[in-house]
Amino acid sequence: MIEPFLLRALLAGLGIALVAGPLGAFVVWRRLAIFGEALAHSALLGVVLALLLALDPTLGLLLFAALLACALWALEDQRLLPTDTILSTLAHGALALGLVVLSFVDWLRLDLMAYLFGDILAVSERDLLLVVALLAVVSAVLARHWRALVSLTIEPDLARVEGVPVRRLRLVLDLFIAGTIALGMKLVGIVLVVSLLVVPVAAARPWARTPEQMALFGSLVGALATLIGLTLSAAVDIPSGPAIVVTAVFSFLASSGMHRVLERRGSGRARPSLARRGGAR
Amino acid sequence: MQVQATGPSPTSAAAGLADPIVELSGVTVELDDRTILEDVDLVVGTGELVTVIGPNGAGKTTLVKTVLGLLAPTAGSAWIRPGVRIGYAPQHLPLDRSIPIDVAGFLALGGARPHSEFAAALAEVGLHGIERRQMAALSGGELRRVLLARALLRRPDLLVLDEPLSGVDVTGQLELYELIGDIRSRRGCAVLLVSHDLHLVMATTDRVVCLDRHVCCSGTPETVARDPRFLNLFGDRFGTLVALYHHHHVCRHDAAARGELGP
Repeated sequence: MIEPFLLRALLAGLGIALVAGPLGAFVVWRRLAIFGEALAHSALLGVVLALLLALDPTLGLLLFAALLACALWALEDQRLLPTDTILSTLAHGALALGLVVLSFVDWLRLDLMAYLFGDILAVSERDLLLVVALLAVVSAVLARHWRALVSLTIEPDLARVEGVPVRRLRLVLDLFIAGTIALGMKLVGIVLVVSLLVVPVAAARPWARTPEQMALFGSLVGALATLIGLTLSAAVDIPSGPAIVVTAVFSFLASSGMHRVLERRGSGRARPSLARRGGAR
Repeated sequence: MQVQATGPSPTSAAAGLADPIVELSGVTVELDDRTILEDVDLVVGTGELVTVIGPNGAGKTTLVKTVLGLLAPTAGSAWIRPGVRIGYAPQHLPLDRSIPIDVAGFLALGGARPHSEFAAALAEVGLHGIERRQMAALSGGELRRVLLARALLRRPDLLVLDEPLSGVDVTGQLELYELIGDIRSRRGCAVLLVSHDLHLVMATTDRVVCLDRHVCCSGTPETVARDPRFLNLFGDRFGTLVALYHHHHVCRHDAAARGELGP
């Protein structure tokens, strides 16, 4: 019989893995990994502020991530500094500020390690509901606007001329990514959460011929990594967040290696025919 | 600053032109305290082929973005006839290798259409059997043509082509110019074409607008090539090369008529 807390963690992990396929694909295509890190790093400040205001920490986390996503969206058109510089400043500024504020309020008992590296015991029934809600909303919006989203990712000006509301859809995407990071953090922690978005789609890339395939394969790899990682963590007593991430990274390495081998074999076959064509000329 | 999207053409400056589809009047664009365009007037009539030429930094892409409504002018007005369908082929397509997408998938991003239309549009721009090729694997010339096909699939009233020849070799440039001329006469759509390449301006261009932040001069290719303001800006290269283009064009047809292969 599977423990209830483990089942909650597993279901929440699978939900996050499913949304992380398509959303992670956009993170990779639009080079938003640093944006994700910025959201994750500033989460601690969100939690501390929520506790100070006697709000629910998960709610605070979600609100703060959404607020920050809006701020970053508004800053996107700033051109004096490269985006990664702005993101890095905001991210580490918020993390440092979170730690400073935390040190002032010594009555606040906060399990820092749980926030940094995740704690599957912390996944509550309500967290699970939030994941399900996120999954439902993200699936509905992505299904409806998928073509427009891919189009604006490739060439925003062309998409705008063709009638796509580029800025609005970008904000929606940024908010979804913020939500995924805020909820995924419960599972694997601030430090590791962006890997849930990036690693599975990176593993999927060599085998995908269309954007849809990359998103779908990403979801599958993420779900498998969650399943295997949590099983491993329960079986041999290793921390569950890192177990999931390590499994995902191994699948990425295996995928890249396998692709390279197949490609070499493929080009080995192609070489003689190329030579023949060259000789005929 | 105003971008009008409705109503009739705002000025009578276009009186010479029966039916304007795009009209910029007195457009000034300032970005970061720099004046990119100053008091630019530009009219494109229905079915007209207008080529904008100018050196690097003349504000050509800014002009295109103003026409497309991507950029609001600081002063003056940009008007486009309501309901006009625009087909736009941008100068660059920043194709990241991380996005797996084939030609058919890319064309579908412009709007949902039956697959048979994709093949027809690709054939129209001279491409065959490349629907399943990955976009990242295309050559520069193939990419220009795919962008053109995506623009054509929208059944445009106005084609806006920003540097359609960039990354294309000389033979390909001539072919593309012929193709654009053919498309214009076949579909009757207006074409606004932007180029920094003074060596080669389409013989079938109705009007050349010479841009260097402001409009230096405009008129038929022959008049512009003789205009002292143009010669002052670009030197005397252009006139001779227009002639060369005519020449080459005739040559190809002669060769084809005799059933010989060109060099």
